[in-house]
Amino acid sequence: MGYIHIQKFEIRQAVLKQLGLPYHNIDQYVIGKGFSYIMGKKPTIVNNDGIKPIFPKDLKGSGCANKVEVAYSFGHELRGLSPSSRRAVETGKCKVVGEISNAGYQWRFLAAMMGLPFIPTRVMLGTDTFNKSSAKVIKDPFSGKPICLLPACYPDVAVIHVPRCDKYGNAQIDGITVEDFELSRAARRLIITTEKIIEIKTIREEPYKTIIPYYLVDAVIEAPFGSHPCQMPYLYFFDEEHIAEWLSLSKTDEGVAQYLEKYVYGVDEFKDYLELIGGSKKLAQLKRIEKLEEPMSAPWIKKLMENKK
Amino acid sequence: MDKKINGKQKIKEEYSSTEMLACVASNTLEDRKSVFVGTGLPMIAAMLAKRTHAPNLLLFFEAGGIGPEIPVLPISVGDSRTFYMAIAASSMHDSMSMAQAGYIDYGFLGAAQIDKYGNINTTVIGPYEHPKTRLPGSGGANDVGTLCNKTIIIMRQDKNRFVEKVDFLTTPGYLDGYNSREKKGLPDGSGPYRVITQLGVFGFDEKSKKMKLVSLHPNVTIEMIKENSGFDIIIPKDVSITKPPSKDELKILKKIDPAGMVIGK
Repeated sequence: MGYIHIQKFEIRQAVLKQLGLPYHNIDQYVIGKGFSYIMGKKPTIVNNDGIKPIFPKDLKGSGCANKVEVAYSFGHELRGLSPSSRRAVETGKCKVVGEISNAGYQWRFLAAMMGLPFIPTRVMLGTDTFNKSSAKVIKDPFSGKPICLLPACYPDVAVIHVPRCDKYGNAQIDGITVEDFELSRAARRLIITTEKIIEIKTIREEPYKTIIPYYLVDAVIEAPFGSHPCQMPYLYFFDEEHIAEWLSLSKTDEGVAQYLEKYVYGVDEFKDYLELIGGSKKLAQLKRIEKLEEPMSAPWIKKLMENKK
Repeated sequence: MDKKINGKQKIKEEYSSTEMLACVASNTLEDRKSVFVGTGLPMIAAMLAKRTHAPNLLLFFEAGGIGPEIPVLPISVGDSRTFYMAIAASSMHDSMSMAQAGYIDYGFLGAAQIDKYGNINTTVIGPYEHPKTRLPGSGGANDVGTLCNKTIIIMRQDKNRFVEKVDFLTTPGYLDGYNSREKKGLPDGSGPYRVITQLGVFGFDEKSKKMKLVSLHPNVTIEMIKENSGFDIIIPKDVSITKPPSKDELKILKKIDPAGMVIGK
């Protein structure tokens, strides 16, 4: 794993070049709001969590990761299981180096942001999840009872997509923050991608809205719809048609290659990607769905119902 | 009984086994309590409970949604519908801390395998190093099973799922029974409360913590319960019959899930 250094305020292309990733790739990976993984041409460990759907989760299925720590990494909730990541693990292409629970996963960031080597918790005690994790059990010196210690996790790089930030990286987040607060403080390098860049004056007028302050941020990238095909609360909903296409293609390695060629390697800029997925018409629809003005249309619903019959 | 009951076919004309699971799960929840909710049936059950007997039930979602007025069925625990008109849009650290501090009464779990002590596998089928099938893993399940006061498990029941020993212990039930759960450092008094399947409702013996039958669904016999379990289930003398879904409940279920994403059509 090479050392990744990113100067602040560089434009997206330069940042991505330094990361050794295709231009728009990052936006593909910036899905949901926060997750952590090591990026680069040969990533080693992907710390994969439970909340963020699609691509980070399926990284391993795309041949981008060969070792993973997993909490909820093989499913897409109501949509079903992730064919590519299951295949990667079942065939041995990708090795699971650790299991962890969702709470354990994000508390590892809490320990890191607090500058502590570990944090105690009750989760995972007495289970195989614990046996396959990086945690340890000790006797609580106060009560004498067993307690689980989670080692701090300092991701080399984290990418967090936000609705708005200023050019220095002071970022606001609308709605739930999941583990963004802790992750942003735990990561050694932090890239913020944002729906839009606002004036620092706006940040200063409502400082209580700042979730991620500039001194944590290494780079800012303006990327409207950067969360696609996932959701940006209050702005746009999941693109379930696109997600269904991925889930269907990712059933085979050929399909994964086909998807990557079409949506990742085959497009030069993120705006071309947005055109490819349906352009302004599709994006307007996703906005209406998020605002509850239109029902969600998801091809996988039909399949789900067939399975239930 | 000539009709097969495997969850994919209707037990009766009036309701499906999935609707039965949702209603039983809903009726397990009391008003003025809090519940940790995941996607799928748990969400449906909690929404149904709120719209019927438990209007003051407080919903917690692991990604940080707390006390929402859910407008349409969320498809993810981080979906913005989980904090629509909510009392708080918080964080995972907050939700999980509330559970760890003992504030959350109920938690829902699914399971690929369960043993007689309510220990659950959702990680792998087959040997861990070379899994036959890789399942989702813990996700928030271990947290819910560890931290919530009473966990409710909703699952299909058959010999491959009700097993003597789970292939992988993802989420703790009562571990080896008796007081082994507390001994391992898990919160006092917490643990599996109910297991709801297409055949019946199960609880756990107070002392040994072994699974016991609480009620049989209509048209289900004790023999069917036994045939569909890989371990001995305690069968008390008096076993009640589960209350089937009412017309009102079925109507509300249709409203909660009009597309049939979870309930089916």
